[in-house]
Amino acid sequence: MRIWVPVDAAARALGADEVADAIRREAAARGIDIALTRNGTRGMVWLEPLVEIEIDGVRHGFGPVAPEDVPALLAGPAGHPLALGPVDDLPWMRAQTRLTFARVGIIDPLSVEEYQAHGGLAGLRAALAAPDRIVAEITDSGLRGRGGAGFPTGIKWATVARAAADRKYIVCNADEGDSGTFADRMLMEGDPLTLIEGMAIAGVAVGATQGYVYIRSEYPDAIRAMDSAIRIARGAGVLGASVLGSGRTFDMEVRVGAGAYVCGEETSLLNSLEGKRGVVRAKPPIPALEGFLGKPTVVNNVLSLATVPWIMANGAAAYAAHGIGRSRGTMPLQIAGNVRHGGLFEVAFGLSLGEIVTAIAGGTASGRPVKAVQVGGPLGAYFPPSLFDTPFGYEEFAGKDGLVGHAGVVVFDDTADMRALARFAMEFCAIESCGKCTPCRIGSTRGVETIDRIAAGDLEAVPVLTDLCNTMKWGSLCALGGFVPYPVLSALEHFPDDFTGRRVRVEAAE
Amino acid sequence: MTHAANTPTAPNSLTVSALDADALDRLNAIIARHAGREGPLLPILHDVQADFGLIPEAAQPIIGNALGMSRAEVYGVVSFYHDFRERPAGRHVLRLCRAEACQSMGADALADQVRAALGLDWHETTPDGRLTLEPVFCLGLCACAPAAQMGDRLMGRATAQRVVAMVGGAR
Repeated sequence: MRIWVPVDAAARALGADEVADAIRREAAARGIDIALTRNGTRGMVWLEPLVEIEIDGVRHGFGPVAPEDVPALLAGPAGHPLALGPVDDLPWMRAQTRLTFARVGIIDPLSVEEYQAHGGLAGLRAALAAPDRIVAEITDSGLRGRGGAGFPTGIKWATVARAAADRKYIVCNADEGDSGTFADRMLMEGDPLTLIEGMAIAGVAVGATQGYVYIRSEYPDAIRAMDSAIRIARGAGVLGASVLGSGRTFDMEVRVGAGAYVCGEETSLLNSLEGKRGVVRAKPPIPALEGFLGKPTVVNNVLSLATVPWIMANGAAAYAAHGIGRSRGTMPLQIAGNVRHGGLFEVAFGLSLGEIVTAIAGGTASGRPVKAVQVGGPLGAYFPPSLFDTPFGYEEFAGKDGLVGHAGVVVFDDTADMRALARFAMEFCAIESCGKCTPCRIGSTRGVETIDRIAAGDLEAVPVLTDLCNTMKWGSLCALGGFVPYPVLSALEHFPDDFTGRRVRVEAAE
Repeated sequence: MTHAANTPTAPNSLTVSALDADALDRLNAIIARHAGREGPLLPILHDVQADFGLIPEAAQPIIGNALGMSRAEVYGVVSFYHDFRERPAGRHVLRLCRAEACQSMGADALADQVRAALGLDWHETTPDGRLTLEPVFCLGLCACAPAAQMGDRLMGRATAQRVVAMVGGAR
């Protein structure tokens, strides 16, 4: 009997290890011969731990399973009350377009055999067959940086490829510090070989021989998975002196962050990787020309790099066929916070925010009305339901003074205190500011104080706050100080009653 | 470190209590393990903390000497990152997520209840050295908020009762 129990951190946080232990015990007691695989999560976190059992060659889901459900489950899976039917037929799965996450939840994350059986390494083989075509292919796919900035990946790669240097680097930004985002973690835990393959392709494309994955220390499970996967990839000849026998060298290793949110910013990350304080660097020079140790460096998010193998295997046109406007391909939405159905949902750009919150997330977990949705992490804007018609795309969200960011969607019900959340954004920025530029370092603390003045009834502090946000937005060196005005001003604009008890006019930040 | 050679007090000279011989051996072994890597300081500091439970002040000039950095530069790095401790934590560290997704599911109320039940505020350690309470900003468990972590134990949809029970089982 083949059984799958996810090893993903979210599944473990909901008891998956205990369920796996119970299954092993119960199978031994009953003398049932089982093959238990610890897979990634399918992304339906509200159903975790989601146990899958193969019945007549089809994977049937059961969830959420508790250890005490296991005896009855093994005795008669077919009619079990937790039976969900074939997992691939569930509405959540059928409605998705899983390209980046095609294998997550399906394969054993550390099996090269299963990886290849599900299309793995096809992208790297295609890349090695025509290395000169890689950059053009990625450019044509329309892939943009999935970390949040949305910079075209192909253009970044072309810059590094053209740069002359004795050594170049591929650095993967896995410092996924934004609240409401967990796609990087899920991918590294559920299909780490995809990221390795994507980095190897990037190395071949630009002539880099060494890669680093900078993973935040808050993700010990992902660190373990990546470490193991790199060892396994080396053993399989995917990494090393001759990648898949091509004669081209590429190797990589994991580096662990140390709890600084700002290190998700690429220049700060590079300083941290070099063993310095994670202070932001002024640009230019851009990392593509002077990055890690002053050498040309590709810095890409996990999702950008993990999407590259699919594009190389299936072609730029197939990827670009999805999406809207200049937002091509798919985006792994991370649906989180106060929602009935939380988890990962990969879909082409273009769904409206309302469809995501109402149809996919199923509304709030509390059953109360939705008050606000924060898209794009702690630096993303709070959108009220009146903006639910906004299509999910980089330009579309920017047009409403918001950002797509890393596609975290955090839902709040009507008990949320938007002034408290705006204050939290400023306070978080004050704690996490690297200290290099004044608007961020000082502005964030003044922001907390100014919001407290408004809370005390001082309405003259409202224009002070908008002016301060304007200074931070245009005067900060990086996105930390530069974007913290998004949550603050959106909260003030859309939910003025939470600040003052009555309506105020918010002047545009420009 | 050429500039320091002819001054009375070299920047990396020890002014704090020295490490004993065993500790020095362990420190030097960690430095040797990473010295050849590109950007070795963070890997060294992580291993030092895993071994010593903190970054001993006396270790910083030794690390600096090995890497060609001043003691001030090493201290600058140690003090920049939240992870590196200059004082030891309790035997167990309970971390409660305080970020937005967890706030949307009552993380603030949960934190108030847990702090009251444990008699600990943020960053405090129980008098018997058993437990330290810390805030964390996102564990990536945002779809099953609120989240807590203690060592290898992760908890989604955390309640005060379950968190306190988890802590009670840790000796």
